[in-house]
Amino acid sequence: MVATVTSLGRSGLHDWIIQRLSAVIMLAYTLYLTYFVISTGDVTAAAWQALFATTFMKVFSLLALGSIVMHAWIGLWIVSTDYMPKLAIRMIFQAFVIIMCLALMIWGIQILWSI
Amino acid sequence: MKFSIYRYNPETDKKPYMQEFDLEVPEGSDMMLLDAMLLLKDQDATLSFRRSCREGVCGSDGMSINGKNGLACITPLSSLKAPIVVRPLPGLPVVRDLVVDMTQFYKQYEKIKPYLITNDEPPAKERLQSPEERAKLDGLYECILCACCSTSCPSFWWNPDKFVGPSGLLQAYRFLIDSRDTETDERLADLDDAYSVFRCRGIMNCVDVCPKGLNPTQAIGHIRSMLLKRGV
Repeated sequence: MVATVTSLGRSGLHDWIIQRLSAVIMLAYTLYLTYFVISTGDVTAAAWQALFATTFMKVFSLLALGSIVMHAWIGLWIVSTDYMPKLAIRMIFQAFVIIMCLALMIWGIQILWSI
Repeated sequence: MKFSIYRYNPETDKKPYMQEFDLEVPEGSDMMLLDAMLLLKDQDATLSFRRSCREGVCGSDGMSINGKNGLACITPLSSLKAPIVVRPLPGLPVVRDLVVDMTQFYKQYEKIKPYLITNDEPPAKERLQSPEERAKLDGLYECILCACCSTSCPSFWWNPDKFVGPSGLLQAYRFLIDSRDTETDERLADLDDAYSVFRCRGIMNCVDVCPKGLNPTQAIGHIRSMLLKRGV
């Protein structure tokens, strides 16, 4: 058992499942947005506003954003532990990624709240 | 036939270099790379490499042959394109020439507890298995620990102290699936971290190089399924 503290979860299986589940959610969200843009034809600011005003879209968007954040945390953590052998560089990189992920999440909630 | 062989003696050489060899191979004859290298050793007695059984059973002469890990003793010269480039197994410290320090490889093997653990009463005679239970060990027990697979795996190169590696995981599954072992849950708990199993990205270099034709990637997939069953 290898101990890790900056990974998203404490278990390898936990991170592995989240990585896959979040990928499915991101794919669904991308397909839905693509469908909206194609089926709407003329995407005006009003149409865009109306789309995001529904509770469904707010929940879906937050879910997608949460997925991106968790996916990035897990994925970039793995990349850093593979390719950044220097402890100082790895720690700074991981701290940056984690803070950015949390900041993006809060920013996203704030944006969706205001619509 | 031309050979280019990695040479490094840390006591005298500042850095490794490639030495060129030329060997007269009689027309129409074929030999294994190991036999050719023994003839090259006659030319230059300082050339060092490990070998023992010379028939693909002991796993001593694993090396990088024309860029691909394999056992010199079961690689026919006729299957190789000249010049034949021979280097030590990648990713492990070089002791001398083609001899590498296998400590990290063996440490990972030790970590997975490669022996049967049983907590129930010892039977009067022996622990029996049905033919079906025994068949589950096929494709797993044959591993000879030559390290060709683990040293061809980038995940093992980057984290040889944390990622168990294809060879160790093949062995781990061999004991996880053994009907006589009672320690399955503890074994799985030991593997459920971000490195031990899950650093495998499934690129199948291990399957590509295994001289015994084994499939560590499949074994790793089975371990993952067992972890899923246990954790979900």
